[in-house]
Amino acid sequence: MTVIDDRPADVGGVGTAPWRKEDAHLVTGQTTWTDNLAPVGTLHMAFVRATMAHARIGSIDTSEAAGMPNVVGVFTGADFAEECPTLPCAWPVTPDMVHPAHPPIAVGKVRFAGDPVAVVVARDRASAVDAAETVLVDYEPLPAVVDMEQSLTDEVVLHEDEGTNKAFFFSMPTGADIDETFAGADVVVKRRFIQQRLLPTPIEPRAVLCIPQAASGDFTIYSATQIPHILRTMLAVVTGMPEHKIRVIAPDVGGGFGAKLQVTGEEVIALLVAKRLGRPVKWTETRSETNLTMHHGRGQIQDIEIAATKDGKLLGLKVDLLADMGAYLMLVTPGVPILGAFMYPAIYKMDAYRFNCTGVFTTKTPTDAYRGAGRPEATFAIERIMDELADELDMDPMELRKLNWITHEEFPYEMVAGLTYDSGNYEAATARAMELFDYEGLRAEQAQRRADGDRIQLGIGISTFTEMCGLAPSRVLGQLDYGAGGWEAATVRMLPSGKVQVVTGSSPHGQGHETTLSQITSSALGVPFDDIEVLHGDTQVSPMGLDTYGSRSLVVGGIALQKAAGKVVDKARKLAAHLLEASEDDIEFADGTFSVKGSPDASKSIQELALAIFAAHDYPEDMEPDLTGHAIFDPENFSYPHGTHLCAVEIDTETGHTSIRTYVAVDDVGKVINPQIVEGQVHGGIAQGIAQALYEGVVYDDDGNLVTGTLVDYLVPAAPDLPSFTTDRTETPAANELGVKGVGEAGTIASTPAVVNAVVDALRPYGVHDVEMPCTPERVWRAIQSGQKGGAQ
Amino acid sequence: MTVDGTDYTDDVEPRTLLVHHLREALGLTGTNVGCDTSNCGACTVHVDGQSVKSCTMLAIQADGREVLTIQGLADTWDGEGSLHPLQQAFHEAHALQCGYCTPGMIMASLDLLAENPDPSDDEVRHGLEGNLCRCTGYQNIVKAVRAAAVQIRQGSTKSQEVPA
Amino acid sequence: MIPASFDYVAPTSVDEVVSTLAEHGDDAKVLAGGHSLLPLMKLRFAVPAMVVDIGRVEELRGVRDAGDHLAIGAGTTHHEIVHDPLVRQHCGLLAEATSMVGDAQVRHRGTIGGATAHGDSAGDLPAVVSALEGTFVAQGPGGRREIAAADFFQGYLETALAADEVLVEVRIPKHDGWGFAYEKFNRVAQAWAIVGVAALVRRENGSVAEARIGLTNMGAVPVRATASEEALAGADRTEDAIRAACQHAADGTSPPADLSAQPDYRQHLARVLSARAVARATG
Repeated sequence: MTVIDDRPADVGGVGTAPWRKEDAHLVTGQTTWTDNLAPVGTLHMAFVRATMAHARIGSIDTSEAAGMPNVVGVFTGADFAEECPTLPCAWPVTPDMVHPAHPPIAVGKVRFAGDPVAVVVARDRASAVDAAETVLVDYEPLPAVVDMEQSLTDEVVLHEDEGTNKAFFFSMPTGADIDETFAGADVVVKRRFIQQRLLPTPIEPRAVLCIPQAASGDFTIYSATQIPHILRTMLAVVTGMPEHKIRVIAPDVGGGFGAKLQVTGEEVIALLVAKRLGRPVKWTETRSETNLTMHHGRGQIQDIEIAATKDGKLLGLKVDLLADMGAYLMLVTPGVPILGAFMYPAIYKMDAYRFNCTGVFTTKTPTDAYRGAGRPEATFAIERIMDELADELDMDPMELRKLNWITHEEFPYEMVAGLTYDSGNYEAATARAMELFDYEGLRAEQAQRRADGDRIQLGIGISTFTEMCGLAPSRVLGQLDYGAGGWEAATVRMLPSGKVQVVTGSSPHGQGHETTLSQITSSALGVPFDDIEVLHGDTQVSPMGLDTYGSRSLVVGGIALQKAAGKVVDKARKLAAHLLEASEDDIEFADGTFSVKGSPDASKSIQELALAIFAAHDYPEDMEPDLTGHAIFDPENFSYPHGTHLCAVEIDTETGHTSIRTYVAVDDVGKVINPQIVEGQVHGGIAQGIAQALYEGVVYDDDGNLVTGTLVDYLVPAAPDLPSFTTDRTETPAANELGVKGVGEAGTIASTPAVVNAVVDALRPYGVHDVEMPCTPERVWRAIQSGQKGGAQ
Repeated sequence: MTVDGTDYTDDVEPRTLLVHHLREALGLTGTNVGCDTSNCGACTVHVDGQSVKSCTMLAIQADGREVLTIQGLADTWDGEGSLHPLQQAFHEAHALQCGYCTPGMIMASLDLLAENPDPSDDEVRHGLEGNLCRCTGYQNIVKAVRAAAVQIRQGSTKSQEVPA
Repeated sequence: MIPASFDYVAPTSVDEVVSTLAEHGDDAKVLAGGHSLLPLMKLRFAVPAMVVDIGRVEELRGVRDAGDHLAIGAGTTHHEIVHDPLVRQHCGLLAEATSMVGDAQVRHRGTIGGATAHGDSAGDLPAVVSALEGTFVAQGPGGRREIAAADFFQGYLETALAADEVLVEVRIPKHDGWGFAYEKFNRVAQAWAIVGVAALVRRENGSVAEARIGLTNMGAVPVRATASEEALAGADRTEDAIRAACQHAADGTSPPADLSAQPDYRQHLARVLSARAVARATG
């Protein structure tokens, strides 16, 4: 089947929008998802999972399961306790962080509903599932610990050897004395916001297939993962198996959103069972298992307090977080709220800031990164309290922001939280957003509806956000005690025929790396977009890399690629000078051709040079016969995309139903490689942020059972539940080689407070000052009811 | 049953879901499984010309029926190897990112356009209420379906201005 | 995701269905469109030993004009009902509400019989058939019997159908000239109704002669808002009159508490949505 592309041939470089290279196989179903793969003889795993949140495991009777047809083995936690005592946590955020063991299959106790207690291995999946149903586990129930504040009393301790449910206390006071600042302030506003738990919900569930090569002791692992490289290293670390004997492949991966930034027990068990049985072993989770066991996102209680002068000048900010770890610390669980520590001051100038965070264990699914990871929570809280402060000061919330934000002349700007923002133009993005939104017109309509007592009230929500992404400068990660660096690797290789092979260490799962990285290469080398292949997601093909998360693929991986391509150009220039018998200084390079200054006819195309160096008949003595460039890029700073999102909601005050009438997003992500892909990232990000604001939320009952166990109860919005977004961009180049900023998480970070600010804005005449997320019709209706009684706060 | 124009005769266990039969017995892995409660629509195929969720139908229920999956879709168009206009439009409008929901989304869109050859934005959104996408925010999917509608009405796969 | 093993039969006549059910008793489950049963089986909440697929019983499909009512085969799909000219002409409420059941794919497979025999009062159709004062026809070993909608729904997931009976037909009286509306209130398009209100209004001389209101998800069974129906009889067609009457829409109900709503909110919604549905049905 052929894709028809009859657009101009110059599409394909930086700043253009070639249709994605990734699409042809995706729109025709010729895909390679992990679950599509099963070599002959593959064994299938089914996990037996805890049916209660907290219990001591008595006996586990696997005898019936072991005798069932097609069953090859049944294993419990004890079977793997020596091979893998614990899954990894790579981010000990404080020196005294409590770091309990997290066996891949529970040993002795289960600590959340869904904790695996046994695994059945069978010749087919149905037999495995049938047998798993027969495993009898004798539990001695213990009280569930669902509420974070309750957990901190340590009446019931999850990890008894540790003696406490407090995982860590992290404190970061910066700037002026916080108590003096608050004591001297005219106005102090304090709020408590709840960040509900969310399910990241990539549409492809997790899946893993481990194929052993018994003779050599090699293992090939296919996994629906964002992090093949990190997974490989971590599998070696936690099992003691040699890293070079493990190959990880992330084939087509159907979304991640942070949830596939994980080293899971199921992956470890697939490896260990394959090792033990010498056969390929596979596991694909069901959606119910996803909801129960794929790590959750968010889950924080935020106490935030802001101090200002009576004129609205910000003075200081205090943040006290309770962060729900869930039952165990997974790969970066404790680090997620700490990433937020740097973002609470947002785009605002102030002199004093204090961030405290307490990590708390509960008998619930572990939390970890979900799109934005710590930064959406921070942005939500600061953007919400800016609106509350504006209300307190009786100021327009946009005016309050303008009074306090960093002006574009002030960049680079050193923030009170310790970061230096390299670039930004909040005025420009805001002006464009206000224009597209018709801010004044909507305010006038709002006033009219209020005056008329209209059943449908209008609310306007603002989010003037920034975020830090492009994770991350390795030295900064080191200061934060993260267990690895934040660089990225790229290789550019000229093939003999003049085609180009690009190898990246970042690992896509929907972002369009093949397209975007081809565009960068096309512009850097002057070769056609279609002549470039991009390889990724296989530790054998791309041995060095740190994968995809934290909006890093372009701002770290893309710049690594730009540098690698630069090395190819340097080598090619040297070769061209040699073949053209000119000085290197006299060689000009443009559009893929090296020519001698002043003699345009004396030239060599990069393709000709590729063939020449392959033949290697004639090349400089101080050069190897090779046109390959390899680069590792370790950024000096984070990336700071920003923008202004404006949301107008209509609330039916009789039913509490909220609908989004207008949503305008003006983002500044610096220079843009592919505008269509950038817009797509913004759309998807906004949708997920709106989902947090209005629809989604994990619910547990008092016994720690997950109530939102399927997509019937956990409400992921479909097309009718979301509006069309009006998007535009301003372009303030970042201080890096490509001028680019990350975009993957920006929409999610920006949109949640825009929506909730709009909901609260609509309800202010009713005395409402907050609505907990998700802002369900019932919550909105109750807020109106209690607000009218003077109760809502 | 006939799948994508090919006749198959198989013995199936009654409990085998249609989607598992397509994927595991017939090797037609273009159709994906995204949930277990018929919410996500990733598994959408056509049975006798109507969209169904193949995770909520037994394979045996498709006995004697005609099944069309994403992998047979293009062949129903011009027979000359072109993509179906929906596939082409999803590609051009950037209506997919990870692509996991895409086969189901396209097959649901095919049904939608058969019922309503010229849908409005709202009609597209409501017509696709049984399919979840986590990447795109749906806006480009709506755009793609409307662009494909124009192309299907005109019987061409050539790229087309997207209707306002 | 994989149901437990079961035996499967796909009879082609109602008599065969009945004899199969008689043979297997409680071990058998009737499979119609499958959108209630199969997810439960995949999650292993339902583990029937025998599945009786009625999808190949042709006599269960189709809509027939039976004089004062329409006789709708239990195996008629939602999609067929939404597009059926007889239904649209004589029972517009059923067409409108059925178009809001599930999604396009679900409506292609799901049937009116399955959606009502499942006995889930959160589904849209039980309340609609109640408001339309339909009659269910069941066939068992002793032959056919008719069950009025008011007697059919007996509790949460409980109907008057015996284990050896199969629902064969739903009879809906023609409502020519009645105004109608179905107001479905849910959090997202895919979700079940938090509350749904099916309203039918017969007008006479510029006022409301008769009104019927069926409530979705306001109790273990579909509920009729009888106090409001009484208050509406003879009422003016003004917004105030309708609102006043619908203040009683939730009288006597005991709606469920769940993730989406607490009972008092459901009762509030029932009042608000009844007023809207009746206003729309009154035209």
